Amino acid sequence: MDTSPSRSRTEISGGAHTPRKHDSAHKHVTGSADYIDDMAEPTGTLHGYLGLTDRAHATITSLDLDAVRASEGVVAVLTGADVPGVNDISPSGRNDEPVLAEGKVLFHGQPVFAVIAESRELARRAAKKAVIGYGDLPHVTDVRAAMEADYPLVTDPLKLERGDIEAGLAAAPKRLKGEMRIGGQDHFYLEGHIAFAIPGEDDEVTVWSSTQHPSEVQHMVAHALGTVSNAVTVQVRRMGGGFGGKETQSNQFAAIAAIAAKKLNRAVKIRPDRDDDMIITGKRHDFVVDYDVGYDESGVIHAVDATFAARCGFSSDLSGPVTDRALFHADNCYFYQDVRLVSKPMMTNTVSNTAFRGFGGPQGMLGGERMIEDVAYALGRDPLEIRKANFYGGPGRDVTPYHQTVEDNIIGRIVEELEASSDYQARRAEIIDFNENSPVVRRGIALTPVKFGISFTATWYNQAGALVHVYQDGSIHLNHGGTEMGQGLNTKVAQVLAEEFQVDLDTIRITATTTGKVPNTSATAASSGTDLNGMAAANAAQQIKTRLIAFASEKFSVPAEQVEFIPNHVRIGNELMAFGDFIKLAYQARIQLSAAGFYKTPEIHWDRASGKGRPFYYFAYGAAVSEVSVDTLTGEYQVDRVDVLHDTGRSLNPALDIGQIEGAFVQGMGWLTTEELWWDDKGRLRTHAPSTYKIPLASDRPKIFNVKLADWAENREPTIRRSKAVGEPPFMLPISVLEALGMAVASIADYQVSPKLDAPATPERVLMAVERLKALVADAGMPGEDGADA
Amino acid sequence: MAHTDRTSIRFRLNDQTVELAGFAPDLTLLDWLRLDRRLTGTKEGCAEGDCGACTVLVGRIDNGLLSYETVNACIRLVGSLDATHVVTVEYLNRPDGELSAVQQAMVDNHGSQCGFCTPGIVASLHALWLAEPNPSEADIERQLQGNLCRCTGYEPIVKAAIAAAATIPDADNDRLVAAYDATTEALAGFADGALVTIEHERGTSFVPGDLDDLAALYEAHPKATIVAGSTDVGLWVTKHMRDISPVIHIGHLEELKQISIDDAGITLGAGVSYTSARGALVSLFPQMAELWDRIGGEQVRNMGTVGGNIANGSPIGDTPPPLIALGASVTLRKGSSRRTLPLADFFIEYGKQDRQPGEFVESIFVPALAEDAFFAVYKISKRRDEDISALCGAFHVITDAEGLVTSARIAFGGMAGTPKRATATEAALTGQPWSWDTIQAARLTLAEDYQPLSDWRASADYRMLAAQNLMIRFFLESCGAPARIERHPALAEA
Repeated sequence: MDTSPSRSRTEISGGAHTPRKHDSAHKHVTGSADYIDDMAEPTGTLHGYLGLTDRAHATITSLDLDAVRASEGVVAVLTGADVPGVNDISPSGRNDEPVLAEGKVLFHGQPVFAVIAESRELARRAAKKAVIGYGDLPHVTDVRAAMEADYPLVTDPLKLERGDIEAGLAAAPKRLKGEMRIGGQDHFYLEGHIAFAIPGEDDEVTVWSSTQHPSEVQHMVAHALGTVSNAVTVQVRRMGGGFGGKETQSNQFAAIAAIAAKKLNRAVKIRPDRDDDMIITGKRHDFVVDYDVGYDESGVIHAVDATFAARCGFSSDLSGPVTDRALFHADNCYFYQDVRLVSKPMMTNTVSNTAFRGFGGPQGMLGGERMIEDVAYALGRDPLEIRKANFYGGPGRDVTPYHQTVEDNIIGRIVEELEASSDYQARRAEIIDFNENSPVVRRGIALTPVKFGISFTATWYNQAGALVHVYQDGSIHLNHGGTEMGQGLNTKVAQVLAEEFQVDLDTIRITATTTGKVPNTSATAASSGTDLNGMAAANAAQQIKTRLIAFASEKFSVPAEQVEFIPNHVRIGNELMAFGDFIKLAYQARIQLSAAGFYKTPEIHWDRASGKGRPFYYFAYGAAVSEVSVDTLTGEYQVDRVDVLHDTGRSLNPALDIGQIEGAFVQGMGWLTTEELWWDDKGRLRTHAPSTYKIPLASDRPKIFNVKLADWAENREPTIRRSKAVGEPPFMLPISVLEALGMAVASIADYQVSPKLDAPATPERVLMAVERLKALVADAGMPGEDGADA
Repeated sequence: MAHTDRTSIRFRLNDQTVELAGFAPDLTLLDWLRLDRRLTGTKEGCAEGDCGACTVLVGRIDNGLLSYETVNACIRLVGSLDATHVVTVEYLNRPDGELSAVQQAMVDNHGSQCGFCTPGIVASLHALWLAEPNPSEADIERQLQGNLCRCTGYEPIVKAAIAAAATIPDADNDRLVAAYDATTEALAGFADGALVTIEHERGTSFVPGDLDDLAALYEAHPKATIVAGSTDVGLWVTKHMRDISPVIHIGHLEELKQISIDDAGITLGAGVSYTSARGALVSLFPQMAELWDRIGGEQVRNMGTVGGNIANGSPIGDTPPPLIALGASVTLRKGSSRRTLPLADFFIEYGKQDRQPGEFVESIFVPALAEDAFFAVYKISKRRDEDISALCGAFHVITDAEGLVTSARIAFGGMAGTPKRATATEAALTGQPWSWDTIQAARLTLAEDYQPLSDWRASADYRMLAAQNLMIRFFLESCGAPARIERHPALAEA
């Protein structure tokens, strides 16, 4: 590395709080960033493909795989019976998720066998040749239908309770009830799932997996192989997107690749086709929210009694924590005096739903915002007024339904600034005016806030490790337990390290995540990647620096306080030495230049049984104003303008943070508008490719899109350089889009009826909501509303 | 067939000349690039031409001029590449090895996050950069309709496209410009008019030298799969692993790419791509511009053909409804014999067209509009762009001096098993005054014309209601009243 004095002594390049580009940007744009499918394959590499069932719920009465085995190029066919260890990859430990289904299939598309062949194409062709006999059983795909059919819960429900809900509801001057249906969402990471296993000696195997959770893949592979974790190494350099879809869903592909690799003693790669990927892997949970709200004439909510039922699919996977988090966010920014929130994680005969950016939080928050919206329309008021009337704050109004006190609340300032900077009030007045004179096109505007809790609610996940080596030429090697899926985690952690050592960012080499270097890592999830791994890396650097300071102090006989790391140099007393020269000296003096860093989030605790604790270290805040136009003849719409003000604390990298916010916004907008999962009556998902499942395009993004960071914000907790997590919180900002669409619809009935747009608000749902309001107006029963003012 | 036959195709890949023989008829360009050539910069995202991660440039000489278009390598068959120049992301940097203007702008604007869609986006923006010195946001959005990004929300990518335009492509900063003359010469040398036959254990590919070759080949192999743009056939391969042999490639045939306009109307050869057809078609029928820009993404429009859209008989193809409403006719050819029939009669029932074995679509004629005609076409889809129609309605009404309807032609896609005329509704309009009351009554007649299905694109109820409401939109617009949302209003008027 370059240790020449030309490196700046006054400022490092790429330290914390600077807008550095993504570390792989150059490789991305030239096509030289390697994903797992791009790796050179060893001679003799085999390829796997999964055979899927075409029944939603059935017993397997016969399994004839002779034609598969006889198919050209086939080397092996694996069934559940070929799993040498335990045929289970349930991340919840409930043993409810087989690697390959045996005896029974529980959803249309469940993998039943795997073909291993000389090429992917031959494996794929062979997989179509199975003859499977079934005894069909009744199936249920819909949440409401599951409840009506008394289907079981996949995991224990959660109840959050505070105050006396019955008394609160009874005493409230006004009351309304409602139901909201919220659709799921496919992750649609651009790189599909892939696993590539290379067998080693004894029981060893190395697996390259597109996973956000290498340690879990390691444990699952060991479990399925019937061996121990130290035999399995899992690696990932980067993923082509994850969004939660690669937190647990990688296990199956990795386990099968590893089993086949060990059985055949050859390298094995498995990469499903996009359609199969979308059919086989879990998605965001659909929810049905039933709510009963007590409030008063000023719009202040007194009591909330709500049930959040979710389509969990055939197994538990992460549905427990996902539905828990829905409840944790049903309050969003609002204080409920008396409250009871209950989850219903329903089993259904669909793919097992899983983590997805926000992890149930978006669905919970959307339910909470629907209650606000209903109250506002029932009172004929702007929903923003109702929001402000219910914000946390003031004595006795700062405790959440899970009994955590909100101590860092800044939503008032965020909303106030955004309301002014977006000119919300004048625009809303102008839109109402416009709508009066526009028969076909109607417009809407909405401002919605976000408060999102940061920390894994599984408290033990809130730990991280990092491994930092300083080589004798002064170059630095960084490894940590987090995974890179596009969010720029590696860049941010490297910036933290550069700041610690006071060296330019290019001094640091980022390396692939591997279970062999940093063990027992947590999933890169819950927006925690930088908070946890940044701290662990800083801890490693501090250990090394402590040794270096002691060394310099002794060798040059200066007090430790006079040894200082300044940009690309070390000041020792009055002497200045280039960083690399200093490191060489330290090496020769036999100073250990490597350290394993560790971090665990302080102060958090959570007692699920009592529903009490402090599950979140802090909250991240934000708000958005969205403006839309709606065609009331067809339900088509467009997003005309969006203004965002978001809190990332003291941003470690404003450019990457704004990228997270813009990306989360458009992804969240997709969830609430055009992304629709549709099952037919056979329980078959029919929207399983981009031809049928529509994520936003460039031409769907807000026509005007102003995103600002709250540059005054600072985390009141001592997080890494006072920054805040940013992955998930902005995902909920586009609730403002749904509500703006609702306002355009509500104009049909002079804003006196809640539009009750379910999600996703496809053009069809928008048009049908328009029709519902037109019918109400035609019935001349206006105003007044279904279910309101009970 | 007065030319020498060949058993290999010849084309350029980046800076190399490739001669390929003996490949499978269903070999895709993407698999060949990634598996055979180890050019792994080009990614597979969906294998159905919908995500754009596999976007590459294909250069071809058209009317003597070399031009580059984006295509989806995942559904492009290798057999269609004779006399082309395939350019992958590995070759898009500058001749001096530095990042191209597009690549640098993508880096500077933080246009990549996970990076998986990025090579395809770089390819799409590179094509735009070469073709359009000063792109508008509408141009950029249209260029990116076929490129999905799940991370960025597209804002920095659009900014990158604008920033890149500050650099003018020249021989110093772009390899394609630098090699333009040499490439033109090389491709011209490859295009010798030969009939190419490629044999493989999985079947045969034919690349006819001219239209007569095609006619003779198809008559001799009536079960052959004719491939123009492969935007449909590509999925038979990648999704259904269907046996498509023998394949006859027609996308390169000059005779099928002819466009002629006269006072009577416009004739489009069956091999005219959507992109090539746009200028002429929109000059005659400006009402088609919006629909045209919403067919697939740019890559699909560059590959797909109007003839193919008709020949495959899909009930949700985008071009049949407006063409039927305009009274278009289709000319079919078998061997040396031809027949012409109204397009409306070509679609018999779902999956069945009036096309004999060995007979192929040769051209489409669209009559010009009468001066006093009202015409419009509306596509409704879940997502505005790059989506398949839930329904597509086209309306063509002529009124007389008294304001009475003398002629009404209405056709819908997505409402029946074929693109179909609304004959009862047409009858309900004919002879009536062109008025709000007439429309209100006639639109309900659509329920006699169609019994649409419910599926993942829309419910039957929505399809019917939206179809009926489109009649209102058509009426309002015929009166000059604004009745729909336009993202880029200035563009739609252009």
